[in-house]
Amino acid sequence: MALAPLVEPADELTVDEVRRYSRHLIIPDVGMAGQKRLKNAKVLVIGAGGLGSPALLYLAAAGVGTLGIIDFDTVDESNLQRQVIHGQSDIGKSKALSAKESVAEINPYVNVVLHEERLDVDNVLQVFADYDLILDGTDNFATRYLVNDAAVILGKPYVWGSIYRFEGQVSVFWAQEGPQYRDLYPEPPPPGMVPSCAEGGVLGVLCASIGSVMVNEAIKLITGIGDPLIGRLLVFDALEMRWTELKIRRDPHGEPPTALLEDYEAFCGVLSDEAADAAADSTISVTTLSSWLKEREEGTRDFVLVDVREPNEYEINKIPGSVLIPKGEFLAGNALSQLPQDKQVVLQCKSGARSAEVLAILKSAGLEDSVHVGGGVVAWVNQIDPSQPSY
Amino acid sequence: MTIRLNGSDHVLPGPTTVLTLVDRLDLGRTDLAVAVDGAVVPRSEWADHTIPDGADVDVVTAVQGG
Repeated sequence: MALAPLVEPADELTVDEVRRYSRHLIIPDVGMAGQKRLKNAKVLVIGAGGLGSPALLYLAAAGVGTLGIIDFDTVDESNLQRQVIHGQSDIGKSKALSAKESVAEINPYVNVVLHEERLDVDNVLQVFADYDLILDGTDNFATRYLVNDAAVILGKPYVWGSIYRFEGQVSVFWAQEGPQYRDLYPEPPPPGMVPSCAEGGVLGVLCASIGSVMVNEAIKLITGIGDPLIGRLLVFDALEMRWTELKIRRDPHGEPPTALLEDYEAFCGVLSDEAADAAADSTISVTTLSSWLKEREEGTRDFVLVDVREPNEYEINKIPGSVLIPKGEFLAGNALSQLPQDKQVVLQCKSGARSAEVLAILKSAGLEDSVHVGGGVVAWVNQIDPSQPSY
Repeated sequence: MTIRLNGSDHVLPGPTTVLTLVDRLDLGRTDLAVAVDGAVVPRSEWADHTIPDGADVDVVTAVQGG
């Protein structure tokens, strides 16, 4: 079911513009009115990278009048395998500037606004305010949750796409018309569990498959045609060459964000390199922990479970059989002496970020068999003991 | 009972909720969406949503790349 067009039409198209966009104009569903809406549209693309490259090229060619580009990065040679808006001579240049130059070559009638900064809690609401529609092509979970929350707060729709290796996912999130990102993925992954494209790789052309769907949906929303990808997730498998469509609905018990979080990197448990290395092969799930605790009761396994959160957090919920030693005690060097030297140490916090940091400390102190619990007490409450409150 | 899990047959010991299935799979991930017969089950309904015999279940994990 089509929604009302997102953008009012511009007053007119020039003769040059009519010539340029003639293949759109003769499609009855787009026509002069639709093309004028595109001309009047202000679209922000977050990240001039893998998804941002095809998105910006096609949005520009389609005649979107104002394109915002936010990116703080510079073009690296390793980007050119997929970030087709940049070229060999752009290496070392600001991605935002390089993208602007490509857009100008494709369509000189597009007004490009550059935001050469990192999107964060301090600027996101102000940056988004000027745009009708946002395309999220960023490369990390912290920014993805930030984009979602800001879009929900401002009541703006955004087209979301993400990619990894041979898999792509794409949807449109608009809280007032359907579900938002947190209805699909209420929790970020456990810290250190999900590799980025820089760590795990990505098939270059996958960016075009997903990026082109993103532009397709942007054009539909702006002009008010077709059935928007709201409440639907498309999952693309490039190896099987299969698109799977899954319906998404609002979580009736989910609470949409009404304010930004203070720190999205902390929410997503962004880890230091040391913590990520320590956690790489020493992370257990809450399910494993649950069976280990049973074995400990039965006397067939011995370990000490250390909760490294703060005392006030420990009062809200806890994993039975844990002892509390806050992370600060480990950083200060006071905690190691409190640990039994002859038992394996299992660490746990709220989400798995702090416990991974402490894990790095224990491993460097020689406690090599220590492990930490991915997802922490949040996962414990969700998966093992839903009777406990979460926070 | 048998379900289709991400396109392959998967045997369950008996009536299973989405929460129990996720637990059994022990993927070590919290960034999961689970769809039963083409519809994502909201997280707050995992504990109460029993998977019907023969259901098509998709377990999708979040990806972050762009």
